[in-house]
Amino acid sequence: MENLNKIRGYKDEFYPPMPTKTTKHLRTNFLVQLYKFFRLNYKIMRIVIKGHS
Amino acid sequence: MDVLVLGAGVSGHTAAAFLKRKLGKKHNVIVVSPGAYYQWIPSNIWVGVGRMTIDNVRFKLARIYRKWGIDFRQAKALSIHPEGDDSSSRGYVTIEYTSADQKGSNENVEYDYLVNATGPKLNFEKTPGLGPGNNTTVSVCSYDHAAHAWEELQKVIEKLKRGEKQKIVIGTGHAMATCQGAAFEYAMNISFELRKQKLLHLAEITWLTNEYEVGDFGMGGAFIKRGGYVTSTKIFAESVLAENNINWIKRAGVQKVDQGKIHYETLDGDYKTIEYDFAMLIPAFSGHGIGAFDRKGNDITSRLFAGNGLMLVDADYQTRPFEEWTIQDWPTTYQNPNYDNIYAAGIAFAPPHSISKPMKSRNGTDIFPTPPRTGMPSGVIGKVVAQNIAHRIRHQTDEHKHTASMGRMGAACIISVGYGIRKGMGATMTVSPIVQDWEKYPQWGRDLNATVGEIGLAGHWIKLFLHYMFLHKAKGYPFWWLLPE
Repeated sequence: MENLNKIRGYKDEFYPPMPTKTTKHLRTNFLVQLYKFFRLNYKIMRIVIKGHS
Repeated sequence: MDVLVLGAGVSGHTAAAFLKRKLGKKHNVIVVSPGAYYQWIPSNIWVGVGRMTIDNVRFKLARIYRKWGIDFRQAKALSIHPEGDDSSSRGYVTIEYTSADQKGSNENVEYDYLVNATGPKLNFEKTPGLGPGNNTTVSVCSYDHAAHAWEELQKVIEKLKRGEKQKIVIGTGHAMATCQGAAFEYAMNISFELRKQKLLHLAEITWLTNEYEVGDFGMGGAFIKRGGYVTSTKIFAESVLAENNINWIKRAGVQKVDQGKIHYETLDGDYKTIEYDFAMLIPAFSGHGIGAFDRKGNDITSRLFAGNGLMLVDADYQTRPFEEWTIQDWPTTYQNPNYDNIYAAGIAFAPPHSISKPMKSRNGTDIFPTPPRTGMPSGVIGKVVAQNIAHRIRHQTDEHKHTASMGRMGAACIISVGYGIRKGMGATMTVSPIVQDWEKYPQWGRDLNATVGEIGLAGHWIKLFLHYMFLHKAKGYPFWWLLPE
């Protein structure tokens, strides 16, 4: 992250969870993301098929 | 039989395509749309940050419809006459041509079945000073608006490159605006592009929203399994905003926009102002103001349309408190209760109420999102309406074999930034059902196994895949009908 954050304590943006280095790595890891690509597509297709009769 | 479809957006185009496929040459499908192009609206965000050109997200309708045997009239609907007139008892719609060769000329188009899929009117007028051409605010709601937004954003980027600090405000431009997802995605994209150009430290980006909590997205938020907890989309959305150095102002209803200033009211009843150099605010949506008249010419607009200009369908419009809302309030066939050969699809149907809890400021101003119906729900509704009309025509029956309730169907929302196989990022959110079903899922309102929130490259791939897949489908390329909505 760039040096933007100055002092953010007690502001709304200070409190949400922030991703760790590992989480950021997994977000761009090709194999992990390939698995998630198929998993998310499967979830979306299930929703589409269930959604109308 | 003649089936007339008003509108050629996601819902209208889907309805027309399936109607023609199911009815064949025996029956006519007529499409009336004021624009010459189909546009894949979700990709307008990429136009708004210069990642795509307008020709990447649109194509001319006339050529496709000629190929399919659909009668296309580039025109806008002025009035509906469901009982016909003195000379004929067939219903008709009065249209006014918008194409260059016939501009301004009127025609009455008769129908046996009518599908109103006009989409929303972008009601910038409801917020004084809002909209492209006014006070430098921009929109990404159509491809031309998005292209204009990109032109304006480039000016901001040039100023940032010169070291000038810039204030960027993205969000909702009316106290009851919807479509937060698109605005949220645009804010993310601007942050991503500025970070990439190492300019983010000079920009102050603010997410300005009418949501009670960030992550409401007009559907009362959602709960997802994440990190060993069931957590709300409030946490998810705030985390995404904070990570991208975007501040947020919630529970804010924009009242007025001046040059460089946005005036808004909060739920607390305070009137505040935020300054901006670049602002993209989603306007209020409404119907297109199409009138309706009976055989004798009496105004019967209230029999077809709700007060906001959206079409009445088989929803339960009885006013009830939030605590008594159920999914049974939501329509399933989208048939008008007064004229059984008229249907509404996509954003054109009047929802029975919001999904988010209605909120009033201390001054009595309603500040909450109206329900989103864009994308997947619009496509599904368009298909179901087409299937039911085709079934009625082919089997000469009044039976509706197909249904699609927003209390049963799910939706996927993908917020994607960047562009490319390795250079993008996407936040994927799926919910099922769209409208919380508190009877079936008493704890969280939705099926937790179908409701997910994921951030990663995979979401960006899905968004790219969907862009090409839906354009493939809309252009009627081989096996288009096998692709989901």
